[in-house]
Order: sequence, then C-alpha cells, then structure tokens
Amino acid sequence: MDPVALPFAKHRLSNGLDVIVHEDHHVPIVAVNLWYHVGSKNERPGRTGFAHLFEHLMFEGSAHHDRGYFPPLQRAGGALNGSTNADRTNYWEVVPTGAIDLALWLESDRMGYLLPALTAKRFETQRDVVLNERRQNYENRPYGLAITAITAALYPDDHPYHWMTIGTADDLRAMRLEDVQAFFRTYYHPANASLALAGDIETARAFELAERYFGDLPAGTRPSPVHATAALDRERRLVLEDRVELPRIYMAWHSPAMFAAGDAEMDLVADLLANGKTSRLYRTLVYDRRVALDVSAYQGSRELAGFFLLVATAAPGQHPADFARLIDVAIQEVTDTGPSAVEMERARAQAEAHFLYRLQTVGGFGGKSDQLNAYNVFRGDPGFFAADLARYRGATRETVRDEARRVLVMDRRVVLSVVPRGQLALALPGSEPVSVS
Amino acid sequence: MAVDRSRLPDVLPDPAFHFPRIVRHTLANGLDLRTVEHHTVPVVSGVLVVHGGAGADPPGEEGLAALTADMLDEGTGSLNAIDVSEGFARIGAEFDVDIGPDAAQIGLTVLSRFLERGLSLVADLVVRPSLRSDDFDRVRKLRMDRLRQLKDLPPAVAERAFLRLLYDRHPYGHLPIGTEAALSACRLERVTECHRAMFRPGRATLVLSGPLSHERLAAIAGDAFGAWEGGESGGWNAGGVDPAYVPPRLAVVGRAGAAQSELRIGHLSASRTTPDYPALLVMNAVLGGQFVSRLNLRLREEKGHTYSARTGFDWRKHLAPFALQASVHTAATAESIRETLAEFGAIRGSRPPSDEEMVLARASLTRGYSRNFETAPQVARSVAQLALFGLPDSYFEEFIPRINAVERDEVVRAAERYIDPARAVTLIVGDHAVVGDSLATLGLGAPQMLSPEV
Repeated sequence: MDPVALPFAKHRLSNGLDVIVHEDHHVPIVAVNLWYHVGSKNERPGRTGFAHLFEHLMFEGSAHHDRGYFPPLQRAGGALNGSTNADRTNYWEVVPTGAIDLALWLESDRMGYLLPALTAKRFETQRDVVLNERRQNYENRPYGLAITAITAALYPDDHPYHWMTIGTADDLRAMRLEDVQAFFRTYYHPANASLALAGDIETARAFELAERYFGDLPAGTRPSPVHATAALDRERRLVLEDRVELPRIYMAWHSPAMFAAGDAEMDLVADLLANGKTSRLYRTLVYDRRVALDVSAYQGSRELAGFFLLVATAAPGQHPADFARLIDVAIQEVTDTGPSAVEMERARAQAEAHFLYRLQTVGGFGGKSDQLNAYNVFRGDPGFFAADLARYRGATRETVRDEARRVLVMDRRVVLSVVPRGQLALALPGSEPVSVS
Repeated sequence: MAVDRSRLPDVLPDPAFHFPRIVRHTLANGLDLRTVEHHTVPVVSGVLVVHGGAGADPPGEEGLAALTADMLDEGTGSLNAIDVSEGFARIGAEFDVDIGPDAAQIGLTVLSRFLERGLSLVADLVVRPSLRSDDFDRVRKLRMDRLRQLKDLPPAVAERAFLRLLYDRHPYGHLPIGTEAALSACRLERVTECHRAMFRPGRATLVLSGPLSHERLAAIAGDAFGAWEGGESGGWNAGGVDPAYVPPRLAVVGRAGAAQSELRIGHLSASRTTPDYPALLVMNAVLGGQFVSRLNLRLREEKGHTYSARTGFDWRKHLAPFALQASVHTAATAESIRETLAEFGAIRGSRPPSDEEMVLARASLTRGYSRNFETAPQVARSVAQLALFGLPDSYFEEFIPRINAVERDEVVRAAERYIDPARAVTLIVGDHAVVGDSLATLGLGAPQMLSPEV
C-alpha cells in the first residue's frame, strides 16, 4: 500500500450528520473533530464577527452541562480547541480512548442543546474576550491590520470575503443575544455538520457511538450555499500608516478557489517565487541584493475564491519602490517561461514529503481527522486525499506557467504599502491612503 | 438506546503508559547518541543538542552563540546557503536551528529513505560550516534588522525587558538574539572561536527517532558524525545566577496609544533540576498553567480582561523565571496586576488548592500522557530535553506516578518557597499616560521607566 494514504469509512446518519472514521491504533487516543459548514462568509455587512464569537460561546456550557467545557475534558486528559475562518468552524478534542464517550456526549450536547445555557452574562463576557483577542492579534500588532485593508480592497462591500472573521469592533459591540440565538438555529445542526473520529477506535464502534449521541438530534435545514464573485479591473495602490519600523509591501491577486483548477499550481508558484532560501525572490532580494529583510508568498485557498499574496519587508534605508520593480521582474519571468525542471522536481519532492508529514497525527488543527473533514465539507469526499496529492504530482512546468500567467496580471492587483507613521513618502507612488480599525 | 443526559459519562482508566526504550551509544569521538524506535509513518526525526547557548555569551558579546548557530547553514564545503537549502528541499526535509539559554538544538525531520542524505548534510553544517565573511556580514545585518523590528512587537519588547530586570547582568538577562551594540561590534573571528569551543562532540547529544532499528539508526549516525573531531570540550556554559540581586518592583516600557498592556509578572524561582519539580508543575496547573486555572478563569472567563492569561516557568539549568504572561485591555491594567499578585499570594496558604483543583491539575498532567509522544518529532524533542537537563532515561516512565503522588501540602509548600508576590517584578509594555495614575494604587512604588532596548 502507498504509505501516503488516508483510509476511512463514512456513514450519514438519518438526520444528515456525516460521520467519518479512520483507525490508527498506535497510541491509545481518539481524535474527535467536528466541522460546521459556517464561517464569516455567512455573515452580513454590519453584523460581522458572529461566527467566531459564537465559537467562543460553544465552550461555555450547554443545557445538560451548564458550565465550562474545559474542566471535564482536562480532567480526562483531553486537549481541546476550536477555530473559525471565512468558510467553516471546527471543534476538536483529543482524548484518551477511555474518554471517547465523554467527548461525544459534550459535542452532541452543544450541538443539540446550546441555547438554554446561553446567558446574557456569558455572551457579554465572551464579547469582551473577543474584543481583547482583536486588540492583541490585530490592533496592537505590527502590520496587524494589513490583511484587513487588502481583503477590503479585493472584494466589494457586500462580498462575504470583504470583512475579516474577527469582525469589526463596532459590529461586535452592536451584537445582540437574539442575533446569536438565530445564528445557532440556522447553522448549528446535524445537516450542516461533519464529524470525524480518528485514532484508537474500531470503525463499527465509532459509528455506533455517533448514532447513540447524535442520532436523535433534529436535522435542521441545510443552509443554501453562498455565491459571490469579485474581480479587479485595475491596479489599486494603497498605503496604510502603522506603528512599524520598516515599510512592507503586500501584493494581492484574485486566484483559484480551494481545490479548483490551478489552485495547486498557485501553491507551487508561491513556493518557487518567495518561500524559503531556494525561492527566486529570496535569492534576489534578500541574499544577493540585500534590499529586503524577508519575502514570502501564499496561495490563500478558500471555498468561493482564492487570493494570492506576496509580501516583502524593506531593509533599512531601502525604498520599497525599488524592490517592487524586482518583484515584478521575477513575476514576469515566471509568467513567461514557468519554473525550471529543477524547481519542479524540488516542488514535487516537498509536496510528497509534506503529505506524509500530515499523516503523523490523528487530531488537532491539521491532523488526520481535520483533513478528512476538510475534504468532506469542501469536496463531499473524505477520500480526496489521494486526488489532492495527485494535483501536485500532476502539475507540470506548463500548467504552472499558464496559471501564473492567468492570475498574476500586473494591472489587476492590490498593492498595499504599510509605512511607519508620518512617512507616506515610503509608499509606492500613487498610493491612496486607507484607514483601518 | 437513549443517551442519559442527566450526568456525564464515566471515563475509563488509561492503559498503562510506557515510553519506548531509549538506547544509548557513544561514538569514538565522544558524541552521545540516543536512539528510539518509533514505528508509524516512514519519517525519522533527529535533534542534536549542543550544550552552551546564549547563557554562555561573554559580557559585551550578547548574541554571539545565536549568530554562530545561524551561520551553520550558510554554507559548507562547496555549497553556499542556497545550495544547502536546496539540498534539504530536494528531499523534502525540514531543518531548523533553535538557540536557547542553555543549548543549541538542531532539528531534522525527513522521510526514512532520505535519512542518510539529510543527516550527513546536517553533520557537514555542524562540523564543517564555511563561516565565510560575506555571509557573516549579511547574517549579522539581518539579525540587527530583526532586533529593530522586534521593537514593534509588544511580547518581544516585554520578554527582552523582563529578562533584563530579573537577571540584571547575567547572560540569561538577554534574549538569544542579543543586543544592537554587541552585534554591531561582533567580528567573524569570534564566531569562528565560538563554533570551535561550543560545537564539540563531547558537548553534544544526538537523538534519533523513527521506524528503523536502533542498530540502523546508530550506524547512520556514526557514518554522518564519526569524523567530528573531539578535543577540549570544557567551558562555554552558563554560570550560576546571583540569588541576592533585588530587581525593581515595577517597570514600564512606554507605548503611547497601545490598545492593550502587555504584562509580565514574576521573579526568579527554581531550576529545572529541583526535586520540587513535580509539585511545581501541579502548582502551576492550578494557578495559571492551563485554560482551567485560577488566573485564566479570573482574568478571561470571569472579567473578560484578556484573550489569554498564563503562568509558567521558563526552565533553565540555573535559576529560572516564573511569570504570568498576558495582554490585557489598557483600562484593566491595574486591576489585572492586582488580581495576579493576589492569586500568587493565595495559593501559598490562604486559599490552598481544593480537592477538585488537585484532581484536575494532576489529571490534566498525567491522563492522556501518551498523546505527547505520538510522532517521531515529539519523541525526539522529548528525549532531547532529557539530554539538555541531565534527566534519567526513566524520566517519562516515572512521570505519571510522580505527579500523582503530589499532595496538596507539597503544593502549598512549593508555592511558599518558590512564588512570592512581595518580590514579584511587574513589567508593563503599554500606554503610560493612560495607566500611570492607576499604577500608583498598587503600592509597588514609582515605576522604573525603560526604553525598548534595555
């Protein structure tokens, strides 16, 4: 058998809950991983930050366990967490095998019976916690508001990727408990969820436990999918002043959606252009010319659409306009001639290795249970692992070049300069000031 | 069968935990080699621990060990830095260098079939780095620029100032990256000398973990590192800490307009090798070491002052800090400090851990312990910790019974001995104009005002 494989069994309960099981008996632990197909893209302008604040409330108690979710799981030796992005919300526990019932009891209780325990006091405290999370990770962090400015420029006001998952401070303050309750009823039910169990558990028993704990929860109505499109028809240059020592340039383009044609290719473009010392731009900007301190790139794959982001920080005394030209030259080379054979060989070796590294752990963010759910929720097929790897194995110099040529169009991008306060002259020429809070 | 929702389901006992056997080998050149078989996916992970580190930086040369470690992958033989990265990338290997107060740790994770290639490249970098002048100029400049960038980052500013406050002139008192002045004065010859003194087989332990036999792992390690020349391996270690030094009680690094105050509250406490280590772990779990702990419940879950509040030990061979770390809403600064100091005091006796807290703390440290050793990199890093602190091979095997034997009065005694609100140093990175008046109510005296570059 190919060691780079992720075998599983899948069963759908009568209420619509997908249950996926992967056995791995190396360590006596089981990963419980539950995805709800809801994220900040299901929010509306003026009401942002819901999905994420809601995630916090899911740890505060449910009808039959009307107190915090951490104590019983920590007492059983479990680890637990959750996260929210634009497209989905996930919750996970990694528990000793003997605590699997406990984890499923709690997950099912908050899926079925959250609202009676959702008090105004809990809601208000967690709203304060989230406002502090926002201050810590965005407002009080250097360059912390750059992505907010970029997504606001890439997507029109009513596009669901226009706003950040954390939400605006004003929206968070304006949120009411009734809104939160309605949000739960719409999105938190079996028909909009996917449960993966991975680890030291027999498949038949896993299905039986899933049926026992989740089987009698009412199905709910599967929410209709969100549709939206966005495009740029010119280059938009922006400048943001921030409490930073050194200017930084961000370039962003619309790119393929997650798992869509060209998505894997843009992942490879990111690596060959700007990730690691082997990348073309590290070599030019940081190693040879020493005009930048760092450079990186990222294919931000999301459900409706992706964005490709390239970031470089100026070395002291360097004007970003100078290295922005070098970046454009490097992009032009990729779109003209594509990667070399050596670069493709390296990219394939890295993809192969990283798919294998991803199989090392059953739980947590990015573990096998999380991957199975990602494939199931976004592709309807937990077995997409092999096809996913095949996307990288199948990329060629030509497909990479063609996709880069399609995406990395110079006059259809957002270019943001983040500059030290009071030093607007360090922005690229023609940049329009933006303010973000 | 309907679910009984009137009570939580019972949790069955964990199976007995056993750590896989650690086999020790010593190469002819003195390199201590430890192998652990770990049979899951075909991945091998290795860690080379080299004793020394930033705690051995000579006065005025803060940052020397880190700069030296950073130079390792800049080239070897005919390979330059780009070629080296290419060498790892073409086999999909992950390579990293981490420099701490007491050691450098060089990590490699690689597909089993590429272990020989990956490890021999690591050995070339560690044993025979080029240490070229042009690379030195570039790397040193990047590190100085990085230091400049850290001035924007409140947690880094706090860490830097707090260590200086606690350790004063001891080399534990600087971040491994060092200081602007020392880096700008550093010369390549000193890096060469640091490399020659510190990177010796007699000062190092190599840990390998993966799905190969002990013999095979040892043979591959021997092929890679056998040619490393031995020689003098003394010196270049951190010295003891002066326990008599009394730091100021309150200090502020100003950050006008900051949305939050970055807090560090604590003092020097214990060393990693203290026999009270198990009691301190339990104490910390009750006080602030995990989500369900007194300080996180108070500052986050009850008050909403912060996204996260945690306490912990930053373990070292010599006296290590115990501290609270939190980033709190500016308006809640003084109250958060007051609450923290009150909790530091309460666990010493006025409010000892309850039965429930003891059960929760012990269980969270011991139950599900095996999930800490699920992957080869986890196993390799864990065994590297044993080498770093000179702990016995039986350490992990004995961990659960040792923690479970900790009683409440031991926790209180450990808190009395190692935690003291009366000597805790409170550092704030935040908006002094806004929080200044409220600090006067804390009874900690006038704050010492620090620059971000202490």
